[in-house]
Amino acid sequence: MIAPESNPTSSAAGARQAQMLKVRVLRQDGPGQEPYWQLFDVPREPDMNVISVLQRIAAISETVDGKKVAPVAWDCGCLEEVCGSCTMVINGKVRQSCTALVDKLVEDQPDEIVLEPMRKFPVIRDLLVDRGRLFHALERVKGWVPVDGYYDMGPGERQSRQQQEQNYPLSQCMSCGCCLDACPQYLKIELEQEDGESDEAFAARQAAAYDKGFIGAHAISQAMLFNNHPVGKTLADQRNEELSSAGGIQVCGNAQNCVAVCPKEIPLTRSIARAGRSTTLYQLKKFFER
Amino acid sequence: MSAHRVVVVGGGLAGLSATMKLAELGVAVDLISLTPVKRSHSVCAQGGINACNDQTRQLGDNEWKHFDDTVYGGDFLNHQPPVKEMAYWAPKVIDLMDRLGVPFNRTGEGFIDRRRFGGTLYKRTAFAGATTGQQLLYALDEQVRRRESEGLVRKFEFWDFLAPIQDDSGRCRGVVAQDMSSMEIRAFPADAVIVASGGCGLVYGRSTMSVFCNGSAASRCFQAGADYANGEFIQVHPTAIPGSDKLRLMSESARGEGGRVWVPRKPQDARAPKDIPDSDRFYFLEEHFPEYGNLVPRDIATREIFDVCVNEGLSVEPDRMCVYLDLTHIERRELDRKLGGILEIYEKFQGVDPRDVPMKIFPAVHYSMGGLWADYARSADGGLEPGAPQNQMTRIPGLYAMGECDYHYHGANRLGANSLLSCIFTGLFASPSLISYAQSAGGSYRDVPASLLESAVKAQQTRHDELLKGTGDENPYLIHQELGDVMTRSATVVRRNDQLQSAIETVDELHQRAKRVHLSDSGSWTNQNVIFAKALQDMFPLAKCILKGALQRDECRGAHFKPDFTKPSLTAEDPAERRRQAEQWCDAFEENNRKYLKTTVAKWDASSDQPQLSYEDVDTSLIPPRPRLYGLVGAEVIEEVWSERAARRQSEASDTQPSTSSSSDAKV
Ligand SMILES: Cc1cc2nc3c(=O)[nH]c(=O)nc-3n(C[C@H](O)[C@H](O)[C@H](O)COP(=O)(O)OP(=O)(O)OC[C@H]3O[C@@H](n4cnc5c(N)ncnc54)[C@H](O)[C@@H]3O)c2cc1C
Ligand code: SF4
Ligand code: SF4
Ligand code: FES
Repeated sequence: MIAPESNPTSSAAGARQAQMLKVRVLRQDGPGQEPYWQLFDVPREPDMNVISVLQRIAAISETVDGKKVAPVAWDCGCLEEVCGSCTMVINGKVRQSCTALVDKLVEDQPDEIVLEPMRKFPVIRDLLVDRGRLFHALERVKGWVPVDGYYDMGPGERQSRQQQEQNYPLSQCMSCGCCLDACPQYLKIELEQEDGESDEAFAARQAAAYDKGFIGAHAISQAMLFNNHPVGKTLADQRNEELSSAGGIQVCGNAQNCVAVCPKEIPLTRSIARAGRSTTLYQLKKFFER
Repeated sequence: MSAHRVVVVGGGLAGLSATMKLAELGVAVDLISLTPVKRSHSVCAQGGINACNDQTRQLGDNEWKHFDDTVYGGDFLNHQPPVKEMAYWAPKVIDLMDRLGVPFNRTGEGFIDRRRFGGTLYKRTAFAGATTGQQLLYALDEQVRRRESEGLVRKFEFWDFLAPIQDDSGRCRGVVAQDMSSMEIRAFPADAVIVASGGCGLVYGRSTMSVFCNGSAASRCFQAGADYANGEFIQVHPTAIPGSDKLRLMSESARGEGGRVWVPRKPQDARAPKDIPDSDRFYFLEEHFPEYGNLVPRDIATREIFDVCVNEGLSVEPDRMCVYLDLTHIERRELDRKLGGILEIYEKFQGVDPRDVPMKIFPAVHYSMGGLWADYARSADGGLEPGAPQNQMTRIPGLYAMGECDYHYHGANRLGANSLLSCIFTGLFASPSLISYAQSAGGSYRDVPASLLESAVKAQQTRHDELLKGTGDENPYLIHQELGDVMTRSATVVRRNDQLQSAIETVDELHQRAKRVHLSDSGSWTNQNVIFAKALQDMFPLAKCILKGALQRDECRGAHFKPDFTKPSLTAEDPAERRRQAEQWCDAFEENNRKYLKTTVAKWDASSDQPQLSYEDVDTSLIPPRPRLYGLVGAEVIEEVWSERAARRQSEASDTQPSTSSSSDAKV
């Protein structure tokens, strides 16, 4: 939703200018509606990424056959792969569109670029999806340090460099959802607001449905992050309880698709293995303490 | 039910720290943001956050020096009491963020590691890899999620703030916002409102900022009667990676960790960079500024890079301006540990490994020092009065500004790693002020008259409907592109009055055209087109503040540089003559300060569609302004003359005025 930028008019750009890029987009006008394909022609420029392609489409809003259409809706933010906004399925692979460089895409698949919304989240419109469930999972695992408050109480506990180096990679999860989209166990949950249902009632119904669904690799990894923090770990039992309940770690079939697509290269399978051990220990403890 | 309800617009560092603190104090918060708050622009900050610390203290550092570096770096345009308070809070802010779980880099012994940033001689900057902003933001996001699960915070994400709601007395009683999916426009009544909406980089088309940084929220407050201050002070970061959709920042930490900036001495030397021997390399920052080297303040580094490319013709590439930023002399492991995140960005977008090959960089628009004018209460010791209702309050009673969208902390130029600090500090420090305000102002969010809410919604609905019906023929995306081009050409590194004058005319025309946009989507579901069109229209008031402020300021100060008004270096060889020149130089400096050491304050005049500027004194009562002399020939003599004058003034002052009370607030 931001403006396209001027073409650098160097001679190299001029030569390539004539070249058109075919971009096929899976569109959908709203939740629950039928998706349909549209094809766009976009003049090729140097250093393009999928974001700049979508910016050009927004500015032209015309398909290959000259039909005027509404601009494609999509989400983006930082444009440098750190905010997690711009996830979509590009040429069949879920990834961030800001780092999807056109030169590279064309190298691998010269005829066209195919853009689809993520498959595991309800479509709001076109390439825009509702990832509320992803954030809800962070609440399920109590992904925070339960400090007393925000007054000045001096520094936190001293931490070794080794511990920092263990936690920092996990803490880089940008909630993009790639790992969820690729996971065979993560199934789409899509509810529709009923006539006369208030926003609050709908949100509550949604939360209840999400609570039963698979929590996802990203949240399992966050649970491990906070369990490895000196104060965060005081909630470890509650996190283990959540991971042991319906939609918890037992759903994971260890397909390892998640780790393969994570743009931040977060060691998700390591987190999942740790979570497996930790919930088993927790169950044993619970058994003996009965 | 909580006694008070506050609306917070924006969930970057400032908005989240405010929300978290308010929730701790038992206040209910409605948090409104264009994007899930975890994706706010603060996530992009790379380098770090400043605070003096145990290690620097033993080298002679203290809070006062951090304060001094900040106002000196800001060319004394910062209001000193808020900056002082911030510097004294800084170590506490780091401690708190440490407790919240931010994985700051550690020393071998487990202490928080520090690096050096520009504009200081001390290693004050704490960092978490090369994604410090992300890590700080996440820690706050987590606390806010915790408060949300307890029920005190309600989030409205993918909502666009449209306007403050004001009653007949002018007091802010809530906001109007729009759901970006359903397009529903709704009123949010509140006891008080915080706007923490970040910077306005999109006014320049491309910048280092996120696409959310369109300035719309600040502009909407400005148009509703809040003043906008120091708009002309826009920081251009010296080192960014040019790109067609965005200019991606290469953090100052690259230089903090030893990165060296250079160009080949021979213009466009065709050799590969590593084949160019040291003797054929021009390390221009190190040569010109032996003390600070590659870590001179940003405004200076930016102009030097600009100058070496534009005026000396030494750009590395012939058809695109850039210089080398070189890290290849540093060990790979070390680079990965400390700068991994930003080096990956370079690699991802340029396809070249900066650990092997020097990066190519050029300056880019990066930060807005100016913003919504906001008040404060000065305490007896020259800091801020905790809990005073006016801290961070805009000209609209009950409407507060915090974070990059306020104006008083960074003066004419922000020091690296000071912004994350000012954002978190204001959120923590000033939130209690809203409670005092709500208590003293009386009334409650529960009894805002329904008619007031309805008419506020109606006004926005009308604007929305008219845009959808619009019969014009202008394309908003192309207008934005033109706006970005003219702003970038006329109001960045080097400013000239003739160019500014003609830019003002162009921007006026563009503004008129932006009112006649044609939308290619007239639907009522997730219409990004109409949201963009509104944001675009609201960029113009800010663009006009920037241009007009720059035009009227005939001097050089911090990021605002006009070559026609530079102060000369000393030319005389003869010591007596040189001394005389230095005296003259100091006279001119004092004269200039009398005229221009002022905050530019803009009021929006809707009838003419123009900002009206006036000037206000800056509170410089704690540290008297002194010349910034980085790299000037004759600096030593000027400094000598200046210190003599300062000493003289001080002894005069203590003769006549035993209590150093200048506390009769310099602000009017
Ligand atoms: C690339 C980069 C690197 C940086 N690195 C550093 C660094 O190392 N150290 C440092 O100190 N500073 C750094 N800065 C500066 C610093 O990141 C920012 O100044 C700071 O993060 C701003 O925080 P904020 O809370 O004011 O606003 P933001 O983080 O920009 O958040 C603004 C919020 O307002 C919301 N919003 C905006 N408009 C509306 C609207 N109309 N309706 C509803 N919501 C709205 C957004 O959704 C968002 O939630 C960097 C800046 C950039 C660009
Ligand atoms: S390892 Fe588990 S979480 Fe990851 S993709 Fe497979 S099933 Fe999903
Ligand atoms: S774990 Fe990786 S893929 Fe999953 S949400 Fe986080 S960053 Fe994205
Ligand atoms: S836009 Fe932020 S990750 Fe792509």
